[in-house]
Amino acid sequence: MELADLLTYVSGVAILASVYAVLALGLNVHWGATGILNIGIAGFFSLGAYTSALLTTAPPDPLQYEDFKFGGNLPELLGPLNLGIDLWFFVAMLGAAAVCGLVAVVIGFITLRLREDYLAITTLGIAEVIRLVLLNEKWLSNGSRGLYGIPQFLGDWLPPHSYDLLYAGVCLLVVLFLFLALNRALTSPWGRVLRAIREDEMTATASGKDVSRFKLQAFILGAVIMGIGGALYAHGTRFIDPFTFDPFLATFIVWAMLMVGGSGNNLGAIVGAFLVWAWWSGTQALPGFLSGPDLRYFLIGVLIVGTILLRPGGLLGETRWAARVAPPGAEDRERKGDDRPG
Amino acid sequence: MRERMARLRDDRLRWHPTANPYVRMALWVVGGVLAAVVLIFGEPSLLVNGLLLGSALALAAIGVTLIFGILGFAHFAHGDFMTLGAFVAYGLLVGVFPAWGLTQAGLGPFTFGFPLLLALPAGVLAAAALAVGLDWLIYRHLRRRLAAAMTFAIAALGAAFAMRAVIRGTMQAGWDTQIGQLPRESRQFIQLPLDIGIPPDNLFLGLAAALLIVGLYLFLARTRTGKAMRATADNPELARVSGVNTQLIIYWTWALGAGLAAVAGTLIAVSQAQFTPLLGWKMLIPIFAAVILGGIGSLYGALLGALVISVAMEVSTQWISPSYKPAVAFIIMLVVLLIRPQGILGKSAQDR
Repeated sequence: MELADLLTYVSGVAILASVYAVLALGLNVHWGATGILNIGIAGFFSLGAYTSALLTTAPPDPLQYEDFKFGGNLPELLGPLNLGIDLWFFVAMLGAAAVCGLVAVVIGFITLRLREDYLAITTLGIAEVIRLVLLNEKWLSNGSRGLYGIPQFLGDWLPPHSYDLLYAGVCLLVVLFLFLALNRALTSPWGRVLRAIREDEMTATASGKDVSRFKLQAFILGAVIMGIGGALYAHGTRFIDPFTFDPFLATFIVWAMLMVGGSGNNLGAIVGAFLVWAWWSGTQALPGFLSGPDLRYFLIGVLIVGTILLRPGGLLGETRWAARVAPPGAEDRERKGDDRPG
Repeated sequence: MRERMARLRDDRLRWHPTANPYVRMALWVVGGVLAAVVLIFGEPSLLVNGLLLGSALALAAIGVTLIFGILGFAHFAHGDFMTLGAFVAYGLLVGVFPAWGLTQAGLGPFTFGFPLLLALPAGVLAAAALAVGLDWLIYRHLRRRLAAAMTFAIAALGAAFAMRAVIRGTMQAGWDTQIGQLPRESRQFIQLPLDIGIPPDNLFLGLAAALLIVGLYLFLARTRTGKAMRATADNPELARVSGVNTQLIIYWTWALGAGLAAVAGTLIAVSQAQFTPLLGWKMLIPIFAAVILGGIGSLYGALLGALVISVAMEVSTQWISPSYKPAVAFIIMLVVLLIRPQGILGKSAQDR
């Protein structure tokens, strides 16, 4: 294999791994920091990807498509304002984030005040409803045929075959930016309240915190990050259809990534995403049934359960700020009460 | 009313729109009108078949509510136990029984043959055994660790995922397909007045589910184990100090819940005349909609909720595409969570 081919392969893997890292960071805000069980990552992921794609693709040719009508054509509209850095990309990403945030507000409003299980099943439901709408509403999303010709970010700068390399760099930058921002947010007093809610809602309420409001904020933040992940994905692959976002590849693999890396730890989420994705794409080359999807799906399930049973903290685990000043043994006593992530 | 409003205003949920009694009342009216529309304008045929299919959904929903009552977590792998039951039945009917010369189909008015009556219990046993095995392998350790309910739920999802992958892989290896056709003989619909047509298999499904529900009622009301189960659901600590072997009760719960799910899955596969590894996963939202509508933890609630959800899903096909059936269940669930989170027969609002 030549060096150029190898680079293309590696950058392709890196783009997807970065997208998954963004999703895992979003899930870490939900589950790792606040203890919100979101099993509908696929919903926010696809919503972000479709929003960004629909905002930026050219309107469909009416001769070619009977019922598909949509296409925001942002690159053309913002043409004069591009400033050479493809401004539309950021506008579309903002749009994706806003739509995901809006859906999170509605769902969070209804379910965050209730028992945690209700939110879990609701996130699953909204993901399924979004998938059904994308499949059936041809005027909006072109149904099962999906969306083609999603424009490339900074596509004019480089010849097409080097695009993946450039875009991998963009994705890694986004991951880095989110990592720094989230580290800051989750170690701030605001993040501390989230962890307090995760450990014990009653105590957080007793300390005068508006638990529902903090949970809603965390839910929105996580959903917005997942939407950004979706936008990144759409402009990386330039083609999306509803089958890309099935619950296996879009929800549970992200759970496996976060659990393996260490929930509650942003670096863990990123490390988990890269490790699991490297394993996932690496095993595709194996012979026979070893490379079939079923064995790998099975192993993803085993990975989730195994991590919970054998190493609840994941590879990196959460930094426990309290343990550094608490007397020896305090951590053990604390662990007996509850073993949420960390 | 004024006192109630004042109390709600003091509630920490004061910013929530449904804390306003007038908003709640309006939502109740909307819900009532929708229910009336379904009952008055719904085609009788869809209503009756919705009720019959709802009884299968009820078997699954009762399992979820039982497991929730005793183990205290939302069992997201329940759909995959339905898949497992149906898969074992399918495997026996297509892969094993023909080798023994058991290929009969078209028993009496039904499309399936008597081999199904042998395959059904086998699926139940397999699902029950696997559920108990998974408890021994996974949940037992989480309980000892006093893990949070959400940790159980994630573990259940992981287990469900692994189970489904094994079933998919076996389908692929054994039959080289992901959509298995069950052996059947075509039969006429049973015609009733009012232009009601019932596929005979749906009648079998309704009867079998009704029998099982009555059996479950007798088990819980009359037998020692059933009483101990209800005691454990009510107050596990008190049950333990009264000499109930709670670990044994938990195994019983798993076996019952998974067994009922296996029956439901097999019956649904028969009614659809095909088996896919996603059969149970697709039912998960209707199941939980039924459980929440009825009131999580309530057995009668699960039964009632399943019938209502199923009728609504069937009748909705009159106006919107059948592929939106899960969305109908989901919308009903959202409305219930808005106006009555404890469900129709749920306990007090304190608990929500």
